[in-house]
Order: sequence, then C-alpha cells, then structure tokens
Amino acid sequence: METTKFKFNLRRFTFSALILYLVFLLGPIVGLDIPAIAASIKANPLQLVQFLIIGISNGAIIAIIALGYTMVYGIIELINFAHGDVYMIGVFTSLTVLSLTGTLESKDPGKIIFGLVLALVIAVVFCAILNAAIERLAYRRLRNAPRLAPLISAIGMSFIIENIGLMWAAQAWLVPSFGTTGGASQKSFPDMLGILFTSMGWDINLLASTGIALRFTIKDLLVIILAVTLMTGLYLFVQRTKLGKAMRATAQNRDAAKMLGINIDRVISATFLIGGGLAGAAGLMAGLYNNTAWWFMGFRAGLQSFTAAVLGGIGNITGGMLGGFLIGLLASFSDGYLNARWTNALVFATLVLILLFRPTGLLGEQTGQKA
Amino acid sequence: MLELKDVNTYYGNIHALKGISLTVNDGEIVTLIGSNGAGKSTTLRTIQGLIKPRSGSVVLDGVELQKLPAHEVATLGVAQSPEGRMIFPRMTVLENLEMGAYVRRDLSSFQNDLEHAFTLFPRLKERISQKGGTLSGGEQQMLAMARAMMAKPKILLLDEPSMGLAPILVELIFDIIKKLNQEGTTILLVEQNALMALSIAHRGYVLQTGEVVLADKAEKLLKDPMVQKTYLGVE
Repeated sequence: METTKFKFNLRRFTFSALILYLVFLLGPIVGLDIPAIAASIKANPLQLVQFLIIGISNGAIIAIIALGYTMVYGIIELINFAHGDVYMIGVFTSLTVLSLTGTLESKDPGKIIFGLVLALVIAVVFCAILNAAIERLAYRRLRNAPRLAPLISAIGMSFIIENIGLMWAAQAWLVPSFGTTGGASQKSFPDMLGILFTSMGWDINLLASTGIALRFTIKDLLVIILAVTLMTGLYLFVQRTKLGKAMRATAQNRDAAKMLGINIDRVISATFLIGGGLAGAAGLMAGLYNNTAWWFMGFRAGLQSFTAAVLGGIGNITGGMLGGFLIGLLASFSDGYLNARWTNALVFATLVLILLFRPTGLLGEQTGQKA
Repeated sequence: MLELKDVNTYYGNIHALKGISLTVNDGEIVTLIGSNGAGKSTTLRTIQGLIKPRSGSVVLDGVELQKLPAHEVATLGVAQSPEGRMIFPRMTVLENLEMGAYVRRDLSSFQNDLEHAFTLFPRLKERISQKGGTLSGGEQQMLAMARAMMAKPKILLLDEPSMGLAPILVELIFDIIKKLNQEGTTILLVEQNALMALSIAHRGYVLQTGEVVLADKAEKLLKDPMVQKTYLGVE
C-alpha cells in the first residue's frame, strides 16, 4: 500500500513539474510571463490591491447574475441560457429610462438620483416579468419532457432576446446616442454616477484626499453596497419567508411539495421573477460601472456567471455569491497581469476543470438521502 | 367521507387501477393490503391528485377531487405520508414540519400542534434543528408522518409507514397511528405488513393487480382463509 501511494504521488509530482516547466518555458510567448508578473507585483504592490477592488466590484455584478442561474437550476434543473440576455435587456431598459426621463442630459443632482432610482425600479420589474414570461412560454410546457428539450428551448430564447437587443440598439428615438448606424456596435452608457458626484462637487475617487495611489470610486462602493443588499435580502427571503421555504421545498422534492399544498407553478414563476429582477438590477449596475451597452454583452456575462454558479455549486445560493466574487477576481487579475484576451479562456478553463474534477462545486449541494 | 367510485388509472399504457371503489368513513382506520404492484400506492397517489384517473370519481365530503391539481386537494384536507417518505433532505426538522402546515391559513395553534407532534415523536424534538437528510430511516418516517399531521387533515393517507423499519419501531409507529385515530383523525393506511395493519384497522380492502378482491371488517379479514394464506403466511 505504502509504495503504491508513494509511486502515485511521485508520478503526480513529475507531471505537475513538467506542466510548470512548460508554463515557464512557453508562457512568455503568449503573455504569461510569471517572473515578469512577480516582478511587477513586487514593484507595485498597490496595483494588486487595485485589481482586487476592480475584481470585487465586477464579481458583485457577476454574483447577482449567477444567483438567477443557480436559483432556476435549483428548482427545475434547467440552465436558463436566456438569463444572460435578460441581464442585457436590463442594461438597455435602464439606459432607455435614463434617456426618456431626460436624466442623461441633466446636471441636476436631484433629477439624476430620481432618474437612477426610477431606472432601477423599471429595469427590475421589466426583467422580472420578461424572465417569468420566458418560463411561461418556453419552459413550462416542457416541464415533463426530456431534459434536453427545455435546454434547447432556452438557447432559442437566448437568440431571440439577443436579436431584440440588436434591434433595440438601433432605436435612436429611444436613446439618441444609439445613432443611426445600426445596433451591432457597442454603445456607450453615460457615466451618470460620475456626472452626479462631480455635479455635487465631490471627487468620484473616495481615496483622493488620502494621497494613496489607488482608485476606490463611488461606483465601486455603490455596486458593492447594492449587491450585498440584494444578496442579503435574497438569502433572508429564501431562509425565512413562507414563499422562500416553499421554493426550497419544491427544489428538494417536487411531488412532496405538491402533496403539502404548494402550487409549484406559482413557486417556479416566483423563482423566475426574482432571478429576472436580480438580472435587471445587475444590468443597471453594470451599465453604470462599465459604461457600455451592447446587444451581445449578455453572452459573456452569462457564461461568466454560469461558471460562477457552477464554481460555487449550482443550486446553492451562497455558492453562487462566492463563485461570482471568485470569477470577478480571476477575471480582474487576468485582465491586469496577463492580457484581457486571456480572461475568457481562463474563465472557461476554470469551468472545464470544475466540471471534470469537482462537478458539485465548492459548496456543492449534498444530494442527501433520496429515500 | 371519502369515496372512490370505479377509478381507472393508467401509467402510460399500463392499466394500474382497474375500477377501484372504496369508502372511508369519518373516524375510521381503513387499510389497503396487497402485494407489490397491486396498486396500493397508486390508489393514494390518485386520491392526492398526483396522477389523474382516466375515469371514475374521487369524492371527499361532496367535492370531486379527481379534476383538481394536487396542491388544491391538499388544501381541501388530504395529507399524505408518502411512499419513500419524501422528506426535504436539506431543510431542518422544524422547517419540514412548517411545510406540513403550509396549507393552513390559521397558524395560531401551530405551536400547540408542534408540541403535540413532539409528544408523539419525542425523537423529532431532539433533532429539531438537524437537516432531514441526516436522520435515520425510522426518524425520517416519523418526520414524514408528523409533517402530514401538521396540516390537520380531514383524512390522513399513510403509505407503508412500516417499510424498512426495525420491528420495535414498527410497533411504535402503529401505536402512534392508533393514538392519532383515537384523537379523531380518519386514516387510510396502505401496508404490506397485513397482520399489523389489520390488527389496528376497522375495515380493510385487499388489492390484487389493480382490483379490489375482498372488502370486509378487519377482524373478519384476519380470519379469511385466502388472506391468511396469501398475506399472513398462515398455512
């Protein structure tokens, strides 16, 4: 026993050493120059903290989207591929509300705040209804069909919504900056928070007065506060309220839930409403934070959030939050120290590795006794 | 109070219940006995509305249940401790019991009912904040029964409460069923353990391949030669 164990370890060790050697040898060619990265961290440790801040802010947005994936998966074991696109619609809805209320041109702090709150409310409500409508139209009838059927239907919904986004991005009468050249290009989402705080005479960088060479902006702060509030709210809702408990019960045993008088159609609709609402909120946050709106942005955000949900353990709400922050950090460090073009590859390599070696994720749900 | 009339239920093309008729009166324990595949659990699932019968009627206090979805049947006062227990493995014992009371509008007596359930099943009180999935088989059975009781149903459906339990636990479970009935709960009990079931029931139905082949008072069924030979192992 002892020797085989030792041999096994030795082989693993050799294998890992070989991989490390190859990484050091070939890495610099593609931009993964570990000694150079180490040197740059040493030369500028504050930069590391800066990437940490960016990672946490982006991770907060990813986590909010990931919650929608994980809740839906938890309750009907479906990867709702249209979810990322609902988030994209959230970005477009909030931008449109800001445009139609005249907030985009305004310099009046009161008006900007009012516009932002209105945009948040409308984006949340609109995306919630959209997501529930998708379930009603495309998934409910397939509830007892083989699993592949609703999955394909979800991919179809994703294409439909992406094309709605493509058309939306060409409607200059809704948002003048969409222009007349068509909807395919990336559009700008004005930096309303920057404008708001400049107009109030504040520096957008909260650390400006301290003299530390770091940017921790009001945007980072707001994104993190909003994300943490939403997550706490969701967690309490699912743990404490009657509907939240009915959701968990339906996720754990649908027949038993029916027997106890739970209307599972209603519970599933509620799950989609909440997931869609969160995606809408994430849409506004992301628009304000990253200042872009693009019809295809739901695809990347969707895959990153899906990876986050799988990393945390799909079906597990706490896991979705944790996974979101981890993927945000991974993406930020990859953007900063490697190259932005590596980021997607790294995120998906993570997805593949988890699926291969730990399909239940970090906080994987114990299936428990079925009997 | 509960009456099934000529109920035919199918699983796909398989004719599982072939014209089942039975009644359960207020305050009774009625048992369905029969071997594997006789249609006992299917009968309970049909009453509950989890599967729809192709023809026939299920009437509870004048209301036809067979057209209603399962969750509405539950609100009308049918609760079940199902085959396989079906407790919620990642919810605590207390949460499982709360879900049992889901259909109740009036929760003023919830605390009392909880205490009552704990006097019947003291083990559950010890495990109150433990996750359902971590309980032993016997404890899960108790939880499934207690959860069904929390709905304060008009009729309690019990599916194989003795399955997989140690003999001493089986005795305990049957004592509790008797106690529940004495407190006024009407019970429809499905059992493979025919001797135990008939010894506490008022009346019984014998099911064979989806049909009622015998219906009588429990003490008479206990003496019936066919029942003795097939289900009680008496030569």
